[in-house]
Amino acid sequence: MSADISRRKFLERSALGAASALFPIAMVNVVFGKKKGGEATKSKGTREKSDFTFAYISDAHIQQISGNKFVRNWDQGLKRAVAEANLLVPKPDFVMFGGDLGQLGKKVELDHGAEIMSACKYKTRYVMGEHDYYLDMGAYWEKLFGSHYYSFDHKGVHFVVLNSVLTYDSWNNKWPSAEERMNQMAGLDNPNGTPFMVGEAQRSWLKKDLAKVGRDTPVIVLSHSPIQKIYKGWNFWTEDAEQVQALLKPFSKVNVIYGHVHQIQYNQIGNISFNSVMATSWPWPYPQTYALVKSNLPVLTVPMNRADPFFERDATGWQFIDVNSGKVAATYLLPDNENRTVKYSNKTGRPEDVKYQDKRTAAQEHY
Amino acid sequence: MSKKITTIFAVMTLAFGFIYADTFTKEDILRWQKEFDAAAKYGRQLWENSAEYKLGTNNVACAQCHPNAANTHPETYPKFQKQLGRVVSLADMVNWCIINPLEGKPLKLDSKEMIALLSYIHSERRGVKLAPGKH
Repeated sequence: MSADISRRKFLERSALGAASALFPIAMVNVVFGKKKGGEATKSKGTREKSDFTFAYISDAHIQQISGNKFVRNWDQGLKRAVAEANLLVPKPDFVMFGGDLGQLGKKVELDHGAEIMSACKYKTRYVMGEHDYYLDMGAYWEKLFGSHYYSFDHKGVHFVVLNSVLTYDSWNNKWPSAEERMNQMAGLDNPNGTPFMVGEAQRSWLKKDLAKVGRDTPVIVLSHSPIQKIYKGWNFWTEDAEQVQALLKPFSKVNVIYGHVHQIQYNQIGNISFNSVMATSWPWPYPQTYALVKSNLPVLTVPMNRADPFFERDATGWQFIDVNSGKVAATYLLPDNENRTVKYSNKTGRPEDVKYQDKRTAAQEHY
Repeated sequence: MSKKITTIFAVMTLAFGFIYADTFTKEDILRWQKEFDAAAKYGRQLWENSAEYKLGTNNVACAQCHPNAANTHPETYPKFQKQLGRVVSLADMVNWCIINPLEGKPLKLDSKEMIALLSYIHSERRGVKLAPGKH
């Protein structure tokens, strides 16, 4: 009897182990109300549930060494995420790439990254990251992937993709060369840096874009930088975050999913739920661990485990996103670590980790 | 003869050393601080421009993963590193990073570069309580 139980437990555990080894990304599943064959509707009872997931891969930072040589470590992270996303069951409806495909925005880096991404079996859309942008202001990226910002509808959900890594013209024009501008922007802790912003032109486009959308239609905003202010020193920050948030205020179900931070973060500000996605390249420290400066990690966040440097892929990952009743449940698929799921709770009205929200472990303590 | 001179020199050094050993001026403190700051500044350059200074071979910089030297925990060393099976110093871990993520050759422990890197890491962690052995 007890041998039976332990055998069963062992099988369960090995199945779990095998599953987590297979899926180091996070998937997001979305269930949204949608009227048959048309627009989302305000009236309850006539809704047809639309249930879908999509995969989210981000921050690959493909980095050229010279010629056709690239940093092996970052290549492997992206290749692994793509291979695993292709194995997802159920199949995701599409894949998002959350920005920073290259490290220094070079054509060879974007080309090499695009080639690795081309192994993805699903329709893939891209978000602009600062490492993609600041060499040629997104010109080559645009050739490969299209508009810098855009929106689309999927099964009753309105998706908005923003280029949130813009900044002041005065900063853009102060460098002697495009390469120097890119190098300056590439240093996360560079004191000569400048804050990210969505900017006025894009905000007025967003206002028009959202004017066509029903107030009960779930809205998912995809950006590279967080549309909230966490720590300016590392640009975990969007300068006009409040103005963008104000445009999203009229909607009953709003999610913002962002990359850039290379770590698990989540938050709730008014009606807006925030989820970060992991990087496939390398993890970043939480800002509060920089002892010389104060920062504001969203209080809801139960941090990811402290990275074990001896395991190359530890504290990196990808995600699948389950959109459930208009709210995001993000599952983080973490190689060399236990997967995590952060899901919107209807009870508390905020995203919560399904396992660790109220019981943190020693490994989640960052200092 | 030369023995005699050496002895006299040694005695004088000891005598003056004894008299002056504990005495220093504000200028001395400033100079010593300047020396440290220069080492930390060079450390920051190595941290940020690791490729130019040939710390590694793959263009990866320390600062890519460790902005402001965060997540290096200098106050916890020496500590037991389970993957190495022994108690190691911060310098050992700096070399571990140079060998692995940077794909370079380890620095000599007393090299100008290693001292500079340690100076920079510690300077970004000023004021944090010592916690040797902490994991």
